[in-house]
Amino acid sequence: METLATLWETFFDLESMREALPEMLTVGLPNTLLLALLSAILGTLLGMLLAMAGLARTRWLRWPARLYTDVFRGLPAAVTILLIGVGLAPLGLAWWGPNPYPLGILALSLIAAAYIGEIFRSGIQSVEASQLEATRALGLSHGAAMRLVIIPQGVRRVLPAWVNQLIALIKDSSLVYFLGLVASQRELFRIGQDYAANTGNESALLLAGLFYLVITVPLTHLVNWVDRRLRDGRAGGPEPDSDDPVALAGEAAPSTGGSGRETRHA
Amino acid sequence: MSVATRDVHLSFGRHQVLRGIDLAVGRGETACVIGPSGSGKSTLLRVVNRLLEPDRGDVLLDGVSVLDQDPDALRQRIGMVFQQFNLFPHMTVLRNVTLALRQLKKLSRDEATELALRQLDLVGLRHKADVRPGRLSGGQQQRVAIARALAMSPRVMLFDEATSALDPELVKGVLSLMAELAGQGMTMLVVTHEMGFARQVADQVVFLDRGRVVEAGPPAQVFEDPRSERLAQFLSQVL
Ligand SMILES: Nc1ncnc2c1ncn2[C@@H]1O[C@H](COP(=O)(O)OP(=O)(O)OP(=O)(O)O)[C@@H](O)[C@H]1O
Ligand SMILES: [Mg+2]
Repeated sequence: METLATLWETFFDLESMREALPEMLTVGLPNTLLLALLSAILGTLLGMLLAMAGLARTRWLRWPARLYTDVFRGLPAAVTILLIGVGLAPLGLAWWGPNPYPLGILALSLIAAAYIGEIFRSGIQSVEASQLEATRALGLSHGAAMRLVIIPQGVRRVLPAWVNQLIALIKDSSLVYFLGLVASQRELFRIGQDYAANTGNESALLLAGLFYLVITVPLTHLVNWVDRRLRDGRAGGPEPDSDDPVALAGEAAPSTGGSGRETRHA
Repeated sequence: MSVATRDVHLSFGRHQVLRGIDLAVGRGETACVIGPSGSGKSTLLRVVNRLLEPDRGDVLLDGVSVLDQDPDALRQRIGMVFQQFNLFPHMTVLRNVTLALRQLKKLSRDEATELALRQLDLVGLRHKADVRPGRLSGGQQQRVAIARALAMSPRVMLFDEATSALDPELVKGVLSLMAELAGQGMTMLVVTHEMGFARQVADQVVFLDRGRVVEAGPPAQVFEDPRSERLAQFLSQVL
């Protein structure tokens, strides 16, 4: 009984949580969101460039993209963040002073870009060649066809995987604490950890964990929702069609349900 | 606009798919290309709008070689319709039709929309302008694909087995649209397995086998009086 009570105190000491709450809300949460959001934007842009390079016809773009992806996916996030955040710190100091955020965001973005690039590349590659052919047959250039037809479809197909990557990014943003944060720069994890150290129990850290869940769990469900919606929009059952004038002249109700995507190559 | 090919050869690796194709389709005429699977029919169509480049030979539009024209400009004058429709699934029906109008003809949004709606009206699908292609039946999708091609006011239309992926009851609507187009004087090159359509609509039927034109002529001659053993055999299989 004694041990159970201690355990309870360790994780669910409401007093410790209440103490940590204001700072988590006003400092930790905005900082975590800032880190994650900026890294998400930069990582997505870089990822798109990487995907394009990975799909390029010339190997002088494909190989560097491959190498980049292998390196940044292969390294532990903590190693990358330390190498960039500490290794480039002298440069950072010269450019924007002692704030570790820019380099932290850069490191997070570089890591995310490696994953997001692969996600986008596989999505774009999954678009049937016949889509490109049809677009070119209309007279659009290769670039316009990619931009307007191929990439939008490819990216749509991998949006769920992309959101998963954003979730990973939110969690990884806790690693910038390695770079040394002054009080106002602390994000959720660091604040939880500091309060946990002061109070001697883990309740504040648990509270930080709850904050992460409040951000990530809705995102997970958003993924599923987006996925379902895209499926409906693409291949959902055809609607009844009584108002089709030509249907009367030879076409019965739609029965293929085909979206025209399954390409048995002609 | 007339279409002609002169001694067109094309290989994929060591596989010779087209082995000297000569073809002449007069302005406003419809030529139906028939032949067994793998004979090179789709490949031939793709050479005409330069989705594929011939290894040898020439393609002429109104007597002018297309091989030294800008392919993108060439394709704006040649509409193409595919077996699998190949509509853009992430766009509404309307945007499928307006895309090239806006990108290539540089029409304003309103102009493009008006033209596209008129074109959709002609294929009986104006009321579907705002839905995604995935919500349409195969026959409706193919009619949208035809509208998409026609919106660019092409001078030549290429059809690659436009009805082969359709359920039997949906075929008629698409074929009658094609017949109507032929009747309006469009120059058309039509790869088809619909012998009834070829017989009724074609000015010329071209029988392709193993990359060669084995026989070509008016439908009555090709269907009633085949001169080669291969055509007779092919017809006995499909009729
Ligand atoms: N991109 C390609 N690469 C290699 N071989 C190809 C390619 N496209 C077509 N072929 C081959 O060329 C030959 C002719 O193909 P094509 O599609 O022109 O035939 P088809 O007459 O249209 O046949 P079907 O009636 O089945 O559509 C086939 O043997 C095919 O396998
Ligand atoms: Mg074919």
